[in-house]
Amino acid sequence: MPKENPIVVFKDVKKVYRGGNIAVEHINLTINKGDFVCFIGRSGSGKTTAMRMINRMLEPSGGTILYNGEDIHKTDAVKLRRRIGYVIQNIGLMPHMTIYENITLVPKLLKWPEEKRRKKAKELIKLVELPEDFLDRYPSELSGGQQQRVGVIRALAADQDLILMDEPFGALDPITRESLQELVKHLQEKLGKTVVFVTHDMDEALKLATQIVVMDSGHIIQNASPSEILQHPANDFVEDLIGEDRLMQARADVTTVSQIMLKNPVSITPGRSLSEAVRLMRQRRVDTLLVTDDDDYLKGYIDIETLNTSYRHATSVSDILNTKIFYVVDDTLLRDTVDRILKRGLKYVPVVDKNGKLRGIVTRAAIVDMVYDTIWGDSDDGGESGSEKNENTSRSGAASNAREV
Amino acid sequence: MANLNTWEQFWYYLVNNGSYVLSQFVRHFLISIYGVLLAAIIGIPIGIIIARKRQLSAFVISVANVIQTVPSLAMLSIVMLGLGLGVNTVIFTVFLYSLLPIIKNTYTGMASVDKTILDSGKGMGMTSFQILYMVELPLAMSVIMAGIRNALVVAIGITAIGAFVGAGGLGDIIVRGTNATNGGAIILAGALPTAMMAIISDLVLGFFQRRLEPKKV
Ligand SMILES: Nc1ncnc2c1ncn2[C@@H]1O[C@H](COP(=O)(O)OP(=O)(O)OP(=O)(O)O)[C@@H](O)[C@H]1O
Ligand SMILES: [Mg+2]
Repeated sequence: MPKENPIVVFKDVKKVYRGGNIAVEHINLTINKGDFVCFIGRSGSGKTTAMRMINRMLEPSGGTILYNGEDIHKTDAVKLRRRIGYVIQNIGLMPHMTIYENITLVPKLLKWPEEKRRKKAKELIKLVELPEDFLDRYPSELSGGQQQRVGVIRALAADQDLILMDEPFGALDPITRESLQELVKHLQEKLGKTVVFVTHDMDEALKLATQIVVMDSGHIIQNASPSEILQHPANDFVEDLIGEDRLMQARADVTTVSQIMLKNPVSITPGRSLSEAVRLMRQRRVDTLLVTDDDDYLKGYIDIETLNTSYRHATSVSDILNTKIFYVVDDTLLRDTVDRILKRGLKYVPVVDKNGKLRGIVTRAAIVDMVYDTIWGDSDDGGESGSEKNENTSRSGAASNAREV
Repeated sequence: MANLNTWEQFWYYLVNNGSYVLSQFVRHFLISIYGVLLAAIIGIPIGIIIARKRQLSAFVISVANVIQTVPSLAMLSIVMLGLGLGVNTVIFTVFLYSLLPIIKNTYTGMASVDKTILDSGKGMGMTSFQILYMVELPLAMSVIMAGIRNALVVAIGITAIGAFVGAGGLGDIIVRGTNATNGGAIILAGALPTAMMAIISDLVLGFFQRRLEPKKV
């Protein structure tokens, strides 16, 4: 796979802790400039370990890591760390330093002149929408969310273009977390920073990442874009991690109407007589009939009520044809249809192709089926649940015929 | 009546021997300070080292503990065997007694610095020396100061005994008083300034200690 602009490359990296505990193994990973990479996995899966090897807080036991094409093992660890922003979970602000001193710590280590540091601090504090006089405060005088904002801008103060973040927002309330997520997403998108972000919150990963690295017991299970992960989870573990709700959501995101529609809907042509229509309804046990012309173009529908009230003065289907019909085109995404079907309280919606020819119907029951499939319908499930599923499919088939208005 | 008499005598002694008392006061203070300073110069680095190498800490602190348990008069005599009579013996004894509180507090102060702060400092690219003097020492300073404060108060007491080995200081005045008949007033002239010195040192260093207290996050 050709990768345009790698900033960090892991080559068969391994880390064994003292005592022989293999924390990560066979890590191969390319992080491109401007990417937002999320490491996600259960506790102890090796996310922190993998991340901390990038700025040499940990030394790999095997393999190499390149930073901007350079083997980091051959660089000066201290200089490397000054080039890479680092935000830890507990924020780690220096309690005895003012916010200004905290923000400008790395620039100070790099011996920037005072005016340049002052200017940078003011610029950054504005970026996170904190008042400028906060610069003279101590961390203890800020709220947790404000402290973490400072933690984030501290990692940018020396114009680092790579920022490592280890579960930075875990301890924050949802609203603060959201605004900080927006901040880092903004930094990555607008300022072109590369972000490596450890989390075990799939929502956070899906929201922020351009690339999600799923880890389990020290191995990379899947490394792909969020949509790829959602649509093609590598295995059960990844599916579990994503969760049923999101998988269903994701499936609705890519499933088209034609994939779940019932083919061969009950239909009739306008020229037929009403008695034929009644017979057909009774035979198929339905209360409405879709009406198509001889070439299958959808014209409208008739229902049992109108038929009942106009039986005496009408003779053919075309006399009671209701042309006000809501339909969907077969390549519409299910996601866009579900809402409309539910909102209109429709029991089913006819599906037509691009030319207006009737292709099938989508019923509420079919949507229920999809939900059911997503949650319990794994193909490698035991026989019992398999038969249960079949039963349900046939039941839903019956339901689709027993339409009610 | 007799009490008042003693106070009168005390004032009389102070007025007539003011410069003598003052010079012994200064001498007493300096002996204590020298001993404590020496202990700080040696003890703080030892504290830092054992905070870095935790395996050493138990050994070093128990040695310092043993020193502490030797009664001061016995210690003075033992040191005197080596250093002879005079002021050096007292300074060295003060030094020995000050080691424990200073080493122990330096160790405790350093060890109590939040690990995540050290981690973030290292992660930002601070050298271990920068972490030491920009993070650990500032954060541990109030605890270290508490150790020095402890040491100085004890040192002032030990220096008073130092008169027995001919080091001078306020203890010298007390010894004179015990040798004189009706020397109560003279004893007071030595003992009161000693007590005052201890109390004031404690207050002043306590003030600094509070000033150095790190802000809690
Ligand atoms: N200093 C250490 N010494 C020995 N083993 C360690 C050390 N640090 C981590 N480990 C082990 O390495 C494995 C990976 O740990 P790591 O901290 O990378 O997990 P993580 O994915 O970041 O987990 P969490 O989500 O809980 O932070 C774990 O089994 C852990 O017990
Ligand atoms: Mg971790």
